[in-house]
Amino acid sequence: MSFTIRKQGEIVVVDVEGQLIVGNRQELKQKVLDELERGEKKFLIDFAQTGYIDSSGLGVLVSLSKKIREQGGELRLANLNDDLRTLFELTKLDTLFQISDTRERALSSF
Amino acid sequence: MPETPPSDAGLRVSLQVDFPSDVAYIERVVDLVRHPCAELAFNRHHLALNVPVALSEALSNAILRANREDPAKRVRVRANVDATKLVVEIVDEGCRFDLDAKTRNPTDAENIEAEDGRGLFLMRKLMDDVERFDASPGGDSGNVVRLTLARA
Repeated sequence: MSFTIRKQGEIVVVDVEGQLIVGNRQELKQKVLDELERGEKKFLIDFAQTGYIDSSGLGVLVSLSKKIREQGGELRLANLNDDLRTLFELTKLDTLFQISDTRERALSSF
Repeated sequence: MPETPPSDAGLRVSLQVDFPSDVAYIERVVDLVRHPCAELAFNRHHLALNVPVALSEALSNAILRANREDPAKRVRVRANVDATKLVVEIVDEGCRFDLDAKTRNPTDAENIEAEDGRGLFLMRKLMDDVERFDASPGGDSGNVVRLTLARA
């Protein structure tokens, strides 16, 4: 389980490798909040290498999205596989986030 | 004449795991339970979504809500898998809770931006059955949450 953060242009891209669950969600939250505090506004979380996400992982995404919007920024998501997409649909979080099929599409959508 | 390998119809795998009340164990325990499900040909959605997410929720609940991360309290997991279904019981040593006490719908417009409140909802959506009963009838603590998922 790890998170890799890199800048692509003016977009902060976060790769979630492994699971996003109760045991590591705070780490993701803190990493993104640190970038937000540094003045970053555009965030993309890429789930291409993600296994599963539990309710607390979803909760962190919701909370980050709200905090980023409050600072005038935006959080977008990319590369949800079938099962992760089902999870977002079940919880209706697909209506809250802008989700792109690929990282490239997400990057060009900002 | 070559022997036909036996089908998995008669196979049953039982597994018991117990661990301290620490969320760091969740991923490992999920993998331990998922393995026999894969051996018994549960489909890829069950293996990638239903089992890991529902079980993670039940384990988090036992560790955080029931045992309150008390290092002296343990969580026990009993899983039985056969060619028809998975039945997994998560047993805690904490205070009794009512699974239905918090029944707000996290998909309602007023709740959609809430950070929490999706755990039980997901367990019910991803499993065929979710039950709770007392771990030791007559005692005053301990819960068993039983998750059942039929092999599709």
